[in-house]
Parts: sequence; C-alpha cells; structure tokens
Amino acid sequence: MSRQRGDVVVETRGLCMHFGGVRAVDQVDFTLFDRELRCLIGPNGAGKSTFFKCLTGQLTPTAGEVVIRGQTMTGAEPFEVASLGVGIKTQVPNVFDGLSAEENIWVSARRWHDDRRARTVTSDTIERLRLGDIRRTQLGRLAHGQRQWVELGMVVAAEPWLVLLDEPAAGMTHEETYRTAELIEEINTTAALIVVEHDMQFIRMISRQVTLFHEGGILMEDTMDAISADKRAREIYLGHRA
Amino acid sequence: MSNGILRQMRPTFFYALLGLVFMFAAPQVLQLFTIINLTTAIALAVLALSLALIWGYGGILCFGQVAFFGLGAYVYTISAINFGGSTWAILVAVIVTSAFAAALGYFIFYGRVSDVYLGVITLTVTLIFFSLIRRTSGPEYKIGNALLGGFNGVSSPPINLPWNPTAFLFPEHVFYVAMAALILCYLFAGWLVNTKFGRVCVAIRENELRAELLGYDSRLYKLGIFTIGAGIAAIGGVLFCNGVGRITPDVFSLYNAALTIIWVIVGGRGTLIGPIGATFALFYLTSALGGQSLFNNNLVLGAILIIFVLLVPKGVAPTVVDWVSARRKPAAGRVRRRRNARVEGAE
Repeated sequence: MSRQRGDVVVETRGLCMHFGGVRAVDQVDFTLFDRELRCLIGPNGAGKSTFFKCLTGQLTPTAGEVVIRGQTMTGAEPFEVASLGVGIKTQVPNVFDGLSAEENIWVSARRWHDDRRARTVTSDTIERLRLGDIRRTQLGRLAHGQRQWVELGMVVAAEPWLVLLDEPAAGMTHEETYRTAELIEEINTTAALIVVEHDMQFIRMISRQVTLFHEGGILMEDTMDAISADKRAREIYLGHRA
Repeated sequence: MSNGILRQMRPTFFYALLGLVFMFAAPQVLQLFTIINLTTAIALAVLALSLALIWGYGGILCFGQVAFFGLGAYVYTISAINFGGSTWAILVAVIVTSAFAAALGYFIFYGRVSDVYLGVITLTVTLIFFSLIRRTSGPEYKIGNALLGGFNGVSSPPINLPWNPTAFLFPEHVFYVAMAALILCYLFAGWLVNTKFGRVCVAIRENELRAELLGYDSRLYKLGIFTIGAGIAAIGGVLFCNGVGRITPDVFSLYNAALTIIWVIVGGRGTLIGPIGATFALFYLTSALGGQSLFNNNLVLGAILIIFVLLVPKGVAPTVVDWVSARRKPAAGRVRRRRNARVEGAE
C-alpha cells in the first residue's frame, strides 16, 4: 500500500487502562496518520474496545496520553472529543429510539450548522444512505441493521475529519455489510478512520493497514495479507477462523 | 426540524386560544367562590407544566418540583412584605428560585449523579425545607419585616398593578393574572421544546451518551432545562400564595411532592397540555371527594395512580394522540399513493 502519509492525527503514548488487577490495555503506543484507514483486530478480550473507549472519552485511562490533532485529550468528556470534529459509532447501536430517522440525523447535523443548512445536510445524508423509506419511522421500531445505518448516517452528517467505528458491521446482513464497506471507503476520501472489527471478510474488503491487539497490547501492525501469513498471529487469532 | 417553528406550534396556539376563551368566559358564568378556587388550580397547573417540561422533555425525574414552587411562594411573600409591593417581589421570587435550582443542579448534573439519586436528592431538599420552615414559629425568625410563622405560615400580600402598590388586585382580578400567566408559560414552554435547545434536550432524554458523542454537553442542557423549569414553578408558587392568601410549609410536604408526579403521569409525559389538563381534572375530583365521606380522598387518588400506571402508562394525552394518528394513518397513506400515481401518470 503506497498511501500518502500526512500528519499524525491520533497518537497514544503509553496508554494504560487497568480495572483492578486486570490490564485491559497496557502500554499502547499507537499512531494514525491523516486520511488513513486502520482496522483494529484481535480476539475477544484483547483490549480493542477498551482502547476505543479511551480514545472517545468514554473511559479515563489509568496512565498514558491520548493526543488528537495535537491536542491532549486524555480524560476528556465524550462531547469534547466529538466537538473536535470526530465522528463516533459505538459497539451497541446508540441512537435516539423515540425520534424518527430524520430527527436523529438532524440532531447530528445541527451541532455544526444553522437550521437551514442542517436540514439540507439531513436530506442529503438520507439520500446518500438510502434511508428515504424510513425517514419518518421511529428508530425503536426499526430492525437492528437499519438502526446501525441511521447511526452511520449520524456520523456522516457531522462531516467529520476523523471517524471511529466500533464493530460497524455487527449483526448486519451480507448485503448491508457490503454497503457498509463501500460507505467506509467513501468516508475515507475525506477522513481518517479507525475501525474495530471482528468480521474477517469485512476487514478484507476495506483493509489497508491492520493493528492486531493481543492481551492488552499491540502484537503487530501490518497489512492484512502479512498478518494472515504470520505464524504467531494465526495461532492467537486467525487459527480457529481462517 | 424547525421548518417553521410556528407551524410546529399550531396545536400549542390552539390550546392557548382555548385558554384565552376560558379566561374571559369563566368569570361571566361561574361564581366568585369557584373563580377563587380556580386560581389555586391554575397555580398548580403551572407547577405541573414545569414538571412536564423537565421530566417529559428533559427526562429529569425531579421528585421535588414543589420545592421550587414553595420557595417561589415564600420568596415572593417575604419580598412583597419588605418591599411593600409585588412588582419586584415577583421578579425576585423567580430569580432567587432559578438561582437556587441552578446551584443545586450544578452539583447534580456536573457530578453526573444518576437518575435515581437525582429523585432522592430533590425530594430530600423538599423535606428539608418542610422541616426547617415548620420550626420557624418564634418571633426571632424574621426576614426584614416578615415573620416566617412556622407551620402557620405567612399571609401573602396580594399582587398589585405594576409600580403602584396601593392598587392591589381583588381575587376576581387575580384570576385573570393567573390565567394569563399560565397561557404565557405554556406558550413559552411550547416554543422552547421546538427550538434547537429543546430538541437537543429530548435527544439527551432519549440517549445521553449518543448526544455526547455528537458533541453536545449534556450537563449544560440538563442544567438549563432544570433551571428554566424551576423558574416556571416559582411563577406557579407566586400565583398559589395569591390564590390561597397565605403560604405554609405544607406546600413542601411529601403529599404535594407526590401529587405533582401523579399529575404528570396521568396527563402524560412528553406533552405539555396533558399534565395541565390532568391537574384541573384531579383538582376538581379532590374537591368533589372532599364533599363526601364515603371514600377516603387519598385512597381514590392512589387508585387512580395505580390504574394509570397499569392501564394507561403513557398518560392520557399521548394515548389520545396515538389513537387519533393510528386511525388517520391509513387514509394519509392512501392520499400519498394516489398522488404518486398521478405523478407517474404525468411522466
């Protein structure tokens, strides 16, 4: 992959997150460059999601630093991270169940734009993600995959320069997964991404550089092909899958 | 989407207009005794409105909304006695109450106290007021010229025309003031929930983490709606002590704190008109029950609460809205389909 490497947008130094004696994340040094698309993989309990929560402000790290575009965000509130222009999708769909798809996306767009512009961005996003049929439906009544899509719509509507996705393809049908991969490629033309994923097929669809987590630390960072070829990586993660 | 906030507010204007008609028609048909009673009910309706706003839209279950209501009434009464007029006293009552709520809310929301403890804290504050003020019966407990009077309370000076303390209003006139205040508070709340602020508050009610992940500081929005709700409750308190003629610590009792919650549950969370209507209905039910001795008053209220929680959990207003829209929907779908067919035909 000969991708143009720009400025560093996300950096962690010696990041640790300990729960009592459990070292969920331990001494992680991680770097993401502008416009990069990075997948985080690893077996259950490897610390991917905990690492993700430290980046998004949902957890305050025990030690170490999180720097986003030159600003130290260690222990910041989630809204402070999001206010930098970071789009975040959590593992469990986090949507406004009592509101319609349209209102959900409007709340996201309205954070950045005045009312008139927010409405334009909302209808553009609905068109782009093909949510027209459900625009007036309450989110609580939608299927899991559709709610995931509305949440992706909320991320896109904020026009972020950095996007953090935790298992975006979880519980989606094959068709939906394929479209999600397409959308991620599209987002990547204007933003850097970190994608935490389990679904190996999905990772193969989108992956450039992959970071493999194991027991709270980074085991290796390489292309998917190189990781698939590595003996140690196959043993801890891929062995029982691929 | 506030595409025409005025269009969104059409139902609000409709109910406000109904209120206006009632305001001018009621004194023509009803007796003075009923009108004076109504003034008290209107004051309580303003209290219900304030809780409808912060619970129904802000998702904040404040168990002590009467604390702000009672505080407003006390601050008004004490200020009016000291100032010798009501003009500034009303303003001071609203400002002091809002400031108190803002200080209390700051610790609750910025300390990220969970919903359950928020209910406990606000109720405790209410009961502290109750116990404190009950013990202020001696002559040493006075603020300026105003004796606090312990459990007997203080008699409240009536509202006067602005900046004219000698021209105080008679009970039949206070009714107009109360009704106008209710309509204005209702319009204000109806406007607020349709603004960006109001919509973000609803979003936070639905999913606080998601709102934060979109870049909204949920603490600030919750504190904002909590403070505004307290200010509206204070206006209710001012009207209440004017309707009754005095204010006693009973306003802070557990009974009243629970009653406010019941009005909102029966009327329906997520609407403003529902809790207002429920307040009037239950106020009149209680008065009617007071005239008989067959059933215990509280027993009936308790039964109503249980029936609503079990059978109409959303409350009256949302249930009616659901029912009407469910009956309307098939027809609307048909119209749209026909319109689409026409467009296709034209192409």
